[in-house]
Amino acid sequence: MSGAHLELAGIGKNFRGLRAVHDVSFAVPAGAIHALIGPNGAGKTTIFNMIAGVYRPDAGQVSLDGKKISGQRPDLVCDAGVGRTFQIVKPFKGLSVLENVTVGALHRRPNLTDARAAAADILQGLGLHDRRNQAAESLTLPDRKRLEVARALATEPKLLLLDEVMAGLRPTEVDVMVAFLRDLNARTGLTILLIEHVMRAVMALAAEVVVVSYGEKIAQGTPTEIARNQAVLDVYLGEEET
Amino acid sequence: MNLLHRLTDGVPSRALWSLGLFLAALLVAPAVLGKYGLSVLILILYFAYVGQAWNIMMGFAGQLSLGHALYAGLGGYIAAGLFFHYGIGPWLGLFAAVAAASAAGAVVGYLGFRFSLAGVYFALLTIAFSEFTRIAFDHWGWVGGSGGLFLKVDATTDWLNLRGGPVLFYYVILALAVGAFILCRLLLESRLGRYWLAIREDAEAAQAVGVPVLRCKMIAVVISAAMTALAGVWNAFYYNNLFPETAFAMGRSIEFTLAPIIGGLGTLFGPIVGAVVLTGLGEIFTDLSEFFHISGIKQIFYGLALLIIVMYRPAGVWPWLADKFGFGEKRQ
Repeated sequence: MSGAHLELAGIGKNFRGLRAVHDVSFAVPAGAIHALIGPNGAGKTTIFNMIAGVYRPDAGQVSLDGKKISGQRPDLVCDAGVGRTFQIVKPFKGLSVLENVTVGALHRRPNLTDARAAAADILQGLGLHDRRNQAAESLTLPDRKRLEVARALATEPKLLLLDEVMAGLRPTEVDVMVAFLRDLNARTGLTILLIEHVMRAVMALAAEVVVVSYGEKIAQGTPTEIARNQAVLDVYLGEEET
Repeated sequence: MNLLHRLTDGVPSRALWSLGLFLAALLVAPAVLGKYGLSVLILILYFAYVGQAWNIMMGFAGQLSLGHALYAGLGGYIAAGLFFHYGIGPWLGLFAAVAAASAAGAVVGYLGFRFSLAGVYFALLTIAFSEFTRIAFDHWGWVGGSGGLFLKVDATTDWLNLRGGPVLFYYVILALAVGAFILCRLLLESRLGRYWLAIREDAEAAQAVGVPVLRCKMIAVVISAAMTALAGVWNAFYYNNLFPETAFAMGRSIEFTLAPIIGGLGTLFGPIVGAVVLTGLGEIFTDLSEFFHISGIKQIFYGLALLIIVMYRPAGVWPWLADKFGFGEKRQ
């Protein structure tokens, strides 16, 4: 498992005339961790959905290691090496925690036995192993977020898309998740793109931050650059009247 | 892994022994039971078998079909028609029956799944297909139209043409029920089975982890339709008559769903336990209504009993029983 190079070239999406995303381009080099931030409704999740194959972009294209992946079905995008989590968590409620992750692990394993073993390993890493036989619907929200990450990782992606996995976590839990992702990235070279509102996590993880507002990219840079960027401050804090 | 190992893997030996005894009892049942007892057992096995078929779609893959009479009716009519007109025996005819029902299942499934009809809307589509097939058969001379298709009643046992008494039909439906049970167990413990469960729980999340959702749903509907067609063939030759009004009846589709729902959706034993409970209750209430000379009492109590079971055991009778006796098969 090693990372892939993600490239978005001028992608756009309209929903019945509403311009959700317009001409967004950026790249995440193989093995890097980048963050995608922006106010609510800026189009972050729409961008994710275009990468993951849920939406077909109206313009532009998404490529992974130079191969076009946009416009393909989500399961084929997963084949190509993209794992994703959902902002509104989507566990397989009636299945056990282990079976949830096993479904993901089946993707690149020949049989159930191998998939279960792989799933158990991943649960160990995310601290969910003790709860592996519980039904997923009995998990607390932070644990459900972890389960989302575990299930996506089980497909052995080259690019991991994390949609607000820190939301609802306590600061200490954020630190644990940050440490886990950083370690994962260091060990495997997995490329990670995260949508995140928890700045503590963005600052700690991301080498670069892409900022979107009203569907357009307004800035890109290191976390410290972004923290000082006037356009970003205007979007988040409101423009100063002069 | 060989087949036997895959079948028995992870099953407690106590459960295996119980199952073996249960099967042995079923094998010798015709020698012990009277005519009435055997006819009840035949009904139980029939509903257990179709219940198993329907359960693949609803219990495993989470797709609600309320039109399964379509597949049973098609299967029955085709096998009976071939026998009636050309003397082609059902063992050959069943291939045509299964092919036609699978094709019908594929059409209904593709229309529903490709255009993302979910839940009750998909159910409406299945009802619509079943209904307009009924109307078509009402006007189709080859199958006798609304007047029905009748097979000659023949008590001499002829395995080749599936002609004979109840004992013959008993063993055929027993073989089907056992086969369906084994098939479902193997399916559930396979990649496809896990993918179905994932789709049932959340199709979008399943697709995000690489599950080819449309293909998996299509396989579910085709397998389910093919199995149901076999039940239709058996049913046609057992009862020797077919009418569009009953073969494609809405009530028949509903009947197919009851055993798995009462017994426990998505479980392997649910359809069997459900069939025992339903047929048992049905017979008891029939006897009661005859005893008290009040017609209609059967329907009232039957309905009430179902209501009580669904209210107090919404997950089905089997998961509750399994828990009580420590067999522990939960809804997967």
